[in-house]
Amino acid sequence: MITRRDTLRLAAAAGASGLVGPVFAQARPITAADWPAIVAKAKGQTVYWNAWAGDERTNSFIAWVGQEVSKAYGVTINHVRLRDTAEAVTRVVAEKQAGRESGGSVDLIWINGPNFLAMKQQKLLYGPYVEALPNWAFVDTTKKRSNIVDFTVPVEGFATPWRMAQVVFLYDSARTPAASLPRSVPAMIAWAKANPGRLTHPTIRNFLGSTFLKQALYELAPNPEILDAAPDDAGFAATTAPLWAWYDELRPHLWRQGREFPETGPAQRQLLVDGEIDFYISFSPAEAATGIANRQLPESARVFVLERGTIGNTSFVAIPYNAANAEAAMVVSNFLLEPATQARAQDPRNMGNFTVLDLDKVPAASRALFARPDGVPALPTNAELGAVLPEPHPAWMTRITTEWEKRYVR
Amino acid sequence: MLALIPPATLFLFLAPVLVGLAGTLLPAFGYLPAIGATGFSLAPWRSLFDWPGFGSALRLTLSVGVLASLLSLAGAVALVATLSGTRWFARFQTALTPLLASPHAAIALGLAFLIAPSGWIVRLISPELTGWTRPPGDLVTIRDPHGLALVAGLLTKEIPYLAIALTAALGQVPAQRLIACARAMGYSRNTAWLKLVLPRLWPQIRLPFYAVVAYSLSVVDQALVLGPGNPPPLAVLAARWFSDYDLAQYLPAAAAGMLQLGLVVTGLLLCRCVEFALAKTGRHWLERGRRSGMGEWLLPLAAAPTAAVLAAGLLALLALALWSFAASWPFSAALPRSWTLAAWMSASGRLQSSLEATCLIACAATLIALILCLGCLEQESRRARKPGNGVLWLLYLPLLVPQIAFLFGLQVALVRLRLDGTLVAVIWAHLVFVLPYVFLSLADPWRALDPRYARGAASLGASPARILFTVKLPILLRPILVAGAVGVAVSIGQYLATVFAGAGRIATIATEALTLASGADRATIGVLGFAQSVVPLLCYSLALTLPRLIFANRRGLA
Repeated sequence: MITRRDTLRLAAAAGASGLVGPVFAQARPITAADWPAIVAKAKGQTVYWNAWAGDERTNSFIAWVGQEVSKAYGVTINHVRLRDTAEAVTRVVAEKQAGRESGGSVDLIWINGPNFLAMKQQKLLYGPYVEALPNWAFVDTTKKRSNIVDFTVPVEGFATPWRMAQVVFLYDSARTPAASLPRSVPAMIAWAKANPGRLTHPTIRNFLGSTFLKQALYELAPNPEILDAAPDDAGFAATTAPLWAWYDELRPHLWRQGREFPETGPAQRQLLVDGEIDFYISFSPAEAATGIANRQLPESARVFVLERGTIGNTSFVAIPYNAANAEAAMVVSNFLLEPATQARAQDPRNMGNFTVLDLDKVPAASRALFARPDGVPALPTNAELGAVLPEPHPAWMTRITTEWEKRYVR
Repeated sequence: MLALIPPATLFLFLAPVLVGLAGTLLPAFGYLPAIGATGFSLAPWRSLFDWPGFGSALRLTLSVGVLASLLSLAGAVALVATLSGTRWFARFQTALTPLLASPHAAIALGLAFLIAPSGWIVRLISPELTGWTRPPGDLVTIRDPHGLALVAGLLTKEIPYLAIALTAALGQVPAQRLIACARAMGYSRNTAWLKLVLPRLWPQIRLPFYAVVAYSLSVVDQALVLGPGNPPPLAVLAARWFSDYDLAQYLPAAAAGMLQLGLVVTGLLLCRCVEFALAKTGRHWLERGRRSGMGEWLLPLAAAPTAAVLAAGLLALLALALWSFAASWPFSAALPRSWTLAAWMSASGRLQSSLEATCLIACAATLIALILCLGCLEQESRRARKPGNGVLWLLYLPLLVPQIAFLFGLQVALVRLRLDGTLVAVIWAHLVFVLPYVFLSLADPWRALDPRYARGAASLGASPARILFTVKLPILLRPILVAGAVGVAVSIGQYLATVFAGAGRIATIATEALTLASGADRATIGVLGFAQSVVPLLCYSLALTLPRLIFANRRGLA
């Protein structure tokens, strides 16, 4: 288990190896002592927050954060609406290509997984800085391991966690009785045979599509511990053999005989509403609750999970190495970890994303804010969500995608 | 002053294209220092060719491109030939306008809903006629492996575009007199149209047709909705790799972009050869002098399915409009069960704020493009020489290179100039795409203008400037306005150019629509599709009605 002290040590090591951005001292990581200077410098700055804008509730939440930090810190937020997080990564790459080492146009990115790994490997991130954030003390770094290890990659203080995600499956309880649904990966085959064409997953190039296979791999792999490190050829072949056997049996019974797949996660939602499929994979435990509130799903929409647990991860915000307003970006990052902010984000009437904080560390007065609201039957409790499985190393995702294309693209 | 316009035009849109092209060509051969690739190699090409679905993707790209270009040309010719000179023609043009004005993506989404197994057509006849109480699982109507749904989607946009180009060209050809003359000699109407009118129209619609060929070969947005995804066409593959989290995928993506460019260039060269061969054999066909023939039944026969495709396009837009007011519309209800204004309410605030920027950018880019094109054409006719083919090919570059490929290089250049994220940069980037379309729409009517008008005016002592403003521009008002409307529509549809040049900081209707559409439901898509269509629709209506009002007392111009 990685502890907070480990993070600090890793962060210090990263700082010593010269990974830090240009604004603060090159030789040492940014620490809590720097915070007053950061807040002072942030006043009057505008943060260009690059965030995927496909979800109206998140957009409204970001707008609310903008109002609050403007009142409290004199920081303005400009939400740069992305269709794909890779757009922001591309922009930073373009700026590096053009030699703009400071004054970059991206101040904050909503990021995780392979995008985060790519930026970290290419040394495109500012930091480590999270130890300087006063609210970092509330973050759960022991039980919610994905807050400091993103897809097995140590975050090392280069990004701030702000919301949790976990795989759930969404169905319409009015059409499909909960008892008839498969509660394990092997059970999906019998279910699909009995209900041909009523299940699908997003295209494997989409992160949710590969997550569907990673989820299956966790249950089918002979020893799942191997997923924590990048695989070698033999390990990959041996570990994924049961996965491909399972998928070969399942695929002919998928929607469109497993020859076509929806482009995105939300495209599956349309298929469910149109009655073409009966359940689909999602990364938001509040998918049913928010979908009902948005009138995108019928009132009878519910989520279910698998018996042996489902993959969970954390969404982060990170600051590019050449950000023009890194100080204000840190102030916004800190505001996102505020207990009141986290409680607002968790409320399904607002965004419905579970908190990254450790409620035992949060001041007792704020704890009540996190109580489950009444009258939202579609929102699962923590107990109903079951065990959270860690993300495999990103190399697994890349190799599964390649192998899948080799086998099934004709 | 006027002499400076052609070189200025070339610089304004060639500089970004060439910089962008270099930014694609180098990574295609393994050079992109920003991600640590510095050695030149053929590895990106090898990984492209080794990709499991490469063969199918290439075949799909070619079959969709060829089928869509040929069918759209045949359809547009058949419709215009059948309807021109009849009282239906004006109504036909009005019916085309919504299709012309709507963005490709919006029509594709509407069409997908119309023909999907759970779509509107199946809902209308189920369960009464089919017995289906839930969507048929084995019916494949969209995303079919041969890309036929994608071809249909392309046709709904390209037939109107070619039809309006044909209509604009008809204004420069004395079609009715030619037909009357031929009929007096015993030719049937359709044969006369094919033998006498079409050959004179062809030079004027050649360039728009080439644009159609290029677009059909490299379509991305419609292919994402209607085309197969496993494998997708080549352009979609390149776009997918360009937006991959694995930055190393840039290199094969750039190679795919370059291959795409090669395909389009080859396709256009092939078109030129076919044209040449047809001109040779066609002469023989004309000279043989048969008074009627295949054209007699071929034209009406081709016009019927074409009209059906266009009707499907209009129904698709209607379906989107219905969805924007639908609170719940489950299978197999023929119409929404309940109605709401919620989608409109929630989107209106956002749309209002971006509408201003959208109109400003579209008007500025179109106005600059019109001035530059008119300047170039006027300079050309004063010098009394045609620009070489080389210059013409350059004009095509922005339409040939897959956008996402060349925009990355452009973005790097804008960052270097410290122009990224400014309104100027966005207008410039839009100009790169608007200018070719405006030029394509304008050049042929301009060059077809009878030079005797200008000579007549000059012999009466008018200066070149006076001839331009009092003779040429008024006569050409309709093609100029149509070109302007095309320009506005192109600018409003630009998503990638706005995002890349604007550093994401400048929001237009297109960026708002597409960012939301990645996660939104059909109701929101319906609202946004409508919003994106309404401004160009207004422009097209103005372009078609203004000349009728201004020249109400001049029959030949109205």
